[in-house]
Amino acid sequence: MDSSVNSTVTSTATAAPGALARFFDGDVWHSFKRSPTAIGAAVVAALCVFVALFAPWVAPHDPFDLASIDLSDARLPPLWMEGGVSGHLLGTDDQGRDLLSAIMYGARISLFVGVASVLVSMVVGVGLGLLSGFAGGKVDALIMRICDVMLSFPSILVALLIDGVGRALFPKAPESLAFGVLIVAISLTGWVQYARTVRGSTLVERNREYVQAARVIGVAPMRIMFRHVLPNVLGPVLVLATIHVASAILTEATLSFLGVGVPPTSPSLGTLIRIGNDVLFSGEWWITIFPGVMLVLIALSVNLLGDWLRDALNPRLR
Amino acid sequence: MLAFILRRLAQAFLVMLSVAFIAFMLFQYVGDPVASMLGQDATAQQREALRKDLGLDKPFVVQFAHFAGNALQGDFGSSLRQGRKVSTLIAERLPATLELSIVAAVIALLVGIPLGVYAALARGSFGSQLAMTGSLLGVSLPTFLIGILLILIFSVTLKWLPSFGRGDTVSFGGWSTGVLTVDGWKHLILPAVTLAIFQLALILRLVRAEMLEVLRTDYIKFARARGLPDRSVYFGHALKNTLVPVITITGLQLGALIAFAIITETVFQWPGMGLLFIQAVQFADVPVMAAYLCLVALIFVVVNLVVDLLYFAVDPRLRIEKAAGGH
Repeated sequence: MDSSVNSTVTSTATAAPGALARFFDGDVWHSFKRSPTAIGAAVVAALCVFVALFAPWVAPHDPFDLASIDLSDARLPPLWMEGGVSGHLLGTDDQGRDLLSAIMYGARISLFVGVASVLVSMVVGVGLGLLSGFAGGKVDALIMRICDVMLSFPSILVALLIDGVGRALFPKAPESLAFGVLIVAISLTGWVQYARTVRGSTLVERNREYVQAARVIGVAPMRIMFRHVLPNVLGPVLVLATIHVASAILTEATLSFLGVGVPPTSPSLGTLIRIGNDVLFSGEWWITIFPGVMLVLIALSVNLLGDWLRDALNPRLR
Repeated sequence: MLAFILRRLAQAFLVMLSVAFIAFMLFQYVGDPVASMLGQDATAQQREALRKDLGLDKPFVVQFAHFAGNALQGDFGSSLRQGRKVSTLIAERLPATLELSIVAAVIALLVGIPLGVYAALARGSFGSQLAMTGSLLGVSLPTFLIGILLILIFSVTLKWLPSFGRGDTVSFGGWSTGVLTVDGWKHLILPAVTLAIFQLALILRLVRAEMLEVLRTDYIKFARARGLPDRSVYFGHALKNTLVPVITITGLQLGALIAFAIITETVFQWPGMGLLFIQAVQFADVPVMAAYLCLVALIFVVVNLVVDLLYFAVDPRLRIEKAAGGH
């Protein structure tokens, strides 16, 4: 998965400068309006984000409110099946929590971890990529070797390892720290692609006239890097970040499913699927399937949006 | 060619060294080896003796060399959780994971390549579009969800196949195999398919794209102009060149297969290394984590090396370029 994403993204790394500036000037908007796939994906993604963001107000129940949970309501089937109870549209899970509400709250946690991980990897990756491309020499060689080593291992393995080390270092960590370790674990596997993409673009931008001009009039290197080069290499980063949100959410779900992700008291979509998997054999498929559908909807719509954005930002395809 | 191989070997050595270093750091700073070997109620004197015995009073570099030496002999100490030697634990679990991964790789190749060729040759047809849509779903669905869906369909609803464990195994020396019994195969099908689906979709898409690319080239047009039958053009000429990138990706994905086996093994409670590793992560069992890491890194490095060499064997153009360029 990583390698295919990587190859397609690096091809956009050579996109003309100013891709970000063009983003809002109508071209991209125009191509958006003409792509039914993009519109459909955007609608689905927006719905998911809306439901996740406003879960406390949209959800019919509060799955964390112990007072309203009744264990005798556990494992109720969806409304349209025999034994369904009104008020629980998608049924309940093994502790009597309303599944629809749990999914909304779960999506909230999944999205939070996913977006936070992407932001962290973006900052680290873009920073190191700029440094690598701008400084060159030994710094560049060192950073790129680290990238090579990171890329030779599947991200899920690296994330698992970092998570395991985090657990070993802080055995009695509070829950907020568990989130931190999880986000760090996912981010540390994701920054490499940003670094490589940004380095590639920086190498091109570095020799352009405006950079030379800035250098000649004595602008400090740091300022050139962040004020002049950075805005011009952000286009591909935007595409990468979009697709990365989907893969980060899937990685989080996988880790949570494996039981090493978010703490059990704040279940994400992956945790819900894990809970459902334990009771799969007693025929209660809905506890697994509905969170799974939500997960796939988010991942697929974000991926499709990313694909569209990549084509829209690539001038050669227009 | 020789220079290329040497450079690759050096690179592989560097990767292994850095992985060994990470594993060593795990031991140094995450767990206390003395405490873990002696248990909680050892005297200070015993600790000191063992500390000297293990060479923990020596300089950092010497300790690292010692660790690397032990690791080379497969000695990673004992599991903190189970108290047994890590090498024994891994040796017990290795056959299960290797069988699962290899069968999955074979499924992915045997189904993925023909479907990819078909999707390229019959472009635009209904079957081809079906294959492409299916493959898109295959790369979008997370592995664990695929596994759960398969269990739901084939184990829970249809009750055709078992959903956990390896079933009956036959043991040869230290190697226990499930591929010699009917029961073993029944247990193997669902996990292997789960593991294969992502790779299958990837290979299908890759073969299709490469095939379309190759079919546009001049030598294919020339082969057609010579009046060669379609079959020989497609399979004798086009497919051969298509397979070069496929080999690279497949090789790289073999490593991914072993990593994704962690997930598949958890879903199907398959008693392989992945399950061992997950339990080690959950309980912060450093020796097992370190050993698994080193072993997987070794497999990765070896596979990558073999792929690089295969590349040379398959593509004569590379040999000429490298020889002329002295790269």
